[in-house]
Order: sequence, then structure tokens, then C-alpha cells
Amino acid sequence: MTAVASPAVPGGTAARPPRLTCGRGALISVVVLVVLAAAPLFLAPFATTTLTRVLVFALFAVSLDLLVGVTGLPSLGHAGYLGAGAYAAGWVSINVTAEAPVPLLVGAAVGALAAALTGWVTVRSAGVFFLMLTLAIGETLQQVADSWESVTGGANGLTGVPLVRLAGTPLANVGYTYWYVLAVGALGFALVAVLVRSPWGAALRGIRDNEPRMRALGYPTSLYKYVVFVVAGGVAGIAGSLLVAQQRLVTPADLGFLTSSFALLAVVIGGAGSLWGACLGAALVIVIRDALGPSLDGHGTLVLGVVFVLVVYLLPRGAAGLRPRRRRENA
Amino acid sequence: MSVLRCRALSRSFGALKAVSEVDLVVEPGARHALIGPNGAGKSTLFKLVTGTMRPDTGHVELAGQDVTTLSEVKRCRLGMSQTLQHSSLFASMTALETVELAVQRHEKGRIAFLPRKQPVVGERAGKLLADVGLIRRREVPVPSLSHGERKQLEVALALACRPSLLLLDEPAAGLSPAERARLVELLGGLPSEITVLFVEHDLDLVFALADAVTVLHLGRVLLSGPPAQVRASDAVREAYLGSSRREELWA
Repeated sequence: MTAVASPAVPGGTAARPPRLTCGRGALISVVVLVVLAAAPLFLAPFATTTLTRVLVFALFAVSLDLLVGVTGLPSLGHAGYLGAGAYAAGWVSINVTAEAPVPLLVGAAVGALAAALTGWVTVRSAGVFFLMLTLAIGETLQQVADSWESVTGGANGLTGVPLVRLAGTPLANVGYTYWYVLAVGALGFALVAVLVRSPWGAALRGIRDNEPRMRALGYPTSLYKYVVFVVAGGVAGIAGSLLVAQQRLVTPADLGFLTSSFALLAVVIGGAGSLWGACLGAALVIVIRDALGPSLDGHGTLVLGVVFVLVVYLLPRGAAGLRPRRRRENA
Repeated sequence: MSVLRCRALSRSFGALKAVSEVDLVVEPGARHALIGPNGAGKSTLFKLVTGTMRPDTGHVELAGQDVTTLSEVKRCRLGMSQTLQHSSLFASMTALETVELAVQRHEKGRIAFLPRKQPVVGERAGKLLADVGLIRRREVPVPSLSHGERKQLEVALALACRPSLLLLDEPAAGLSPAERARLVELLGGLPSEITVLFVEHDLDLVFALADAVTVLHLGRVLLSGPPAQVRASDAVREAYLGSSRREELWA
């Protein structure tokens, strides 16, 4: 207090140094997008399929990061909404139409609806209770998928899902499917990124940092948490529709605890709160589980466990923590 | 009409009556101090007023409206804002971002879902930071601010809510003498549309600022009146010191 004589500097934002990172971030995004779009031209079909799975899981991890990293709600049942979207998109593709935006929109709507029906209970709890409630809801959704055979196909899963059609033409090539997943995934990522950078996103970070203080400032925090829970469910539902577009099959395992915990792992590895970090984490999880796993005699999960322990000890802020920190004055 | 009226407020914790049948009236424009020895029930009464705790019996009225059953969120929207005794802020934000967060909530219009420049919000946040003397520290992350600076930031946050009633819980606790002087200047310079109710242990600060004082003792109102009356009261002295040695208390 001693060193500050106030009125010399007028206004707040005007005197702020310009944000260079914003333009650079956009440039990096474009480069990454171009590289990803060109990838199937150079990759073998198996590698393209793996990369497709990475993109699907990355969008799912980003939707979870919106809860965990941005709002501070650690969910262990998020795969339930991925699965709800996947089953809905698959069911619509089989029984109604596989024409492009339809399975996607249905997946998003059902994912959001499932989150809307369950979220009102969960967002009123916090910490370990939130963890346990979301776990219970995720397991319940998996049970529903397992036992509602007429719709979900029971333990065998929903099989024979047709290829996604774009303007009447089926995407009958792993490359086309990849580009479809990339386009939708990029849109989903952009949607979340836009929300996070909005004034509404700032309020979510305030809730993560200090919820009682946010209430004292007049923010109805339960409502904010409910809305973000529904949005995250909807984005997870989109990821679900991409999942079914890629593997043309949904099984109860896709919405189980293991899927949720892998997504949480991806978020933590990437650095909670960083969306691109979540994508990197998702890539690591899928590559180890699906690409390296078979050659490791099915011990991919074990490797993931070791990676997780290493990340927690060596990179407490995840992959995003490798980036130089924000400049601090007198810190 | 009074800005704040508490009628027969009571709150017990088990057998302990922390606040018992408290009546409190705060007039518009007042600088009203709430004092009392440790354990007098000041903090509990504060929580009952702000809405973070509900009374067992009694009512809280804000500008004539019964707000007893309203949450602290709604009370804040009705013009009641607070600083907390132990400053409690947002660890991932800078000073400016913190104030902008409060300002944007109390500007007209909804909180936007799309990124946008909010020149009005930034301008007002900057002005508030200048008012509390933190403008040169606006880009500093909150965890790097000193204790005194966080207290100043608390005041800026509370003012950002455009309060008609400002509640300050021990605003001077842990401040250096220079910081205290600055705080007195800041609070003394607030416009009279803002009514202030504050809890404070530093009696010098109380008598420098307050134009009305309520003394709590063992959960009850011991005395309520102008500072001179409180200063002269034997009962208040006994409550603080357990004796009548006036010179030791007001020295």
C-alpha cells in the first residue's frame, strides 16, 4: 500500500500490454489443423484409424476438461454421456437415417439430456461427493446399456451401425471418416475454447478457485455448474456420435468406469484446465492403449499407470506446465 | 427507512447462544461499527446478515424487504456486499481479472457466452483498483499480492457489486499503520449512498470512522448509540476489561 499513489494511470484495459499469445495461438491452431488434415494422405489405414480414435477421445477429454480443469468438478462418470450420445447416434443411424448432421445432433442432444437429468443432483455436491455421485451415475448408465436389450443390444452392444452418409454418399473409406471426425472434432473443440474464453468462462474459473466467494459476489454458482455440466454432456455426446461413426459399434464398455478414468487420466496428463493439453493427453492414452497395447501383450494399461505416476511427480501441472509461465511482476 | 433492520435475531450452536435476540438498525448513509470482545457474536451476526448462515429465529430486512430466507446470492443482487475477515480470493487470476469478474456480474446485460471485449467492465474495474490504490498492481496474480493488498482488493470487489450496504468484517486486521491510514481515507471517502456496517477490533479506527456504534457482548446488544455515548459507558468498559479502568481501554 505504501508504494502506490493511485490516479496516475487511467483505466484498466487500455494500459494493458497487448496479448501476443492470442494471435500466435490462432496460428498454431491453423498449422496443427492443416497437418492433421493432411495426415491420412501419408499414413497407412491402421495409423489413420488410430489417429481417428485419438481425435474422438481428444474431444471427449476436452469436454471433461471443461468440468475438471475449468470449473473444478472432477467427474468419474463422464463416459456415461459419451455412451448416451454414442448409443443414440447409433440407434438413429440404424433405424432412421445415417445422413451426416442427424446422428451428430441426436448424439449431442441425448448426451446433453442425460447430463441435464442427472446434473441437478451432482452439481449440488462438491469434492469427493461429486466424484462418488458421478461414478454412481456413470455405472447406472452402463447398467441401463447392458440391460435394455431391445434398444442397446445388451452385452453384445449395438452392432451393424451403417456408415455415416454425407449428402447421400456413405463415407466408405477410413480417410473420409477421419476427415469427418476431424471437422466435427475441431468444431467441438472451438465451441469449448470459445466458452472458456468468454466472460461466462471467467465465472467458471472463479467457481473453480473459490465458489463461496463467487456466491458472495452475486453469482448463482449452482446454476452455472448445472449449465456447464449439461454443455459438457452435450460435447461428450458429440464425441459419442464420432465414436460410433468410427467403430460402427457401441458396447457397454464404452461408457464404463474405465473409459471415464482414461479420460480423467488424459486431462491430468495434459494439465487440467488446458484444452490442448487434454488433447495431447488423449493422444498419449490412445496410442499407448490401442497402438502399443497389443505389442505389449495387452499391458498397455500398466504403461498408462506408470506414465500417470511419472506425470504426477515430474509435471504437476501436466504437459501444459511445460510452457513458460505467465510473466509475474515482483513474484 | 433504515437500510438494514435485524429483528430479534437468534442463532445457537448446541447450548451456546452465539447471537441472542439481537435488534440492529442501520440508518442510510451511516458508518456503523459493530464492536465487542472476542466471542461476543459479531462474526455470527455478520453471517446472519449476509446470508451465509440462517438464523434460528428473527428477521433480516434490507431496505424494508424481508430477506431472511434469501440466499447470499440474492442478497448481493439486492445491494448487500461484503468483505471477508480472512481474505478469500481467486488464486488463478490477476487483481484486474478478479475485479472484472465482480464488475461484469453487476453491469447491465447477461454474462456473455462468447468472448468479447468488455470496455465498460475493464474501465470500471480499473477505476475501482485506482480507488483502492492497486492500479499499479493490476497485472499481478492474486497469490503474489501482500496481505494488505489483498484486503484492498477485497474492498474493490465489494464495491464492484454496486452495494447500497457494504459489510466489512475486520477490514483492518493484519494491516500496517500506513495501510490502516489508507483504509480510513478510502472508507471515509465513500459516497453517502453507500451505507457501511463494519466489525472491527481496532477501536482507534472505529472512533475515527463510525458515526454509530453497536456493542455486542455474549451474543446480546449491550449498547447502541453514537460513539461518544459508547466511549463514556461503564457497561462497555466492563464488558471489554471486566473492570472499570477506563484509561486502559481508551488509551
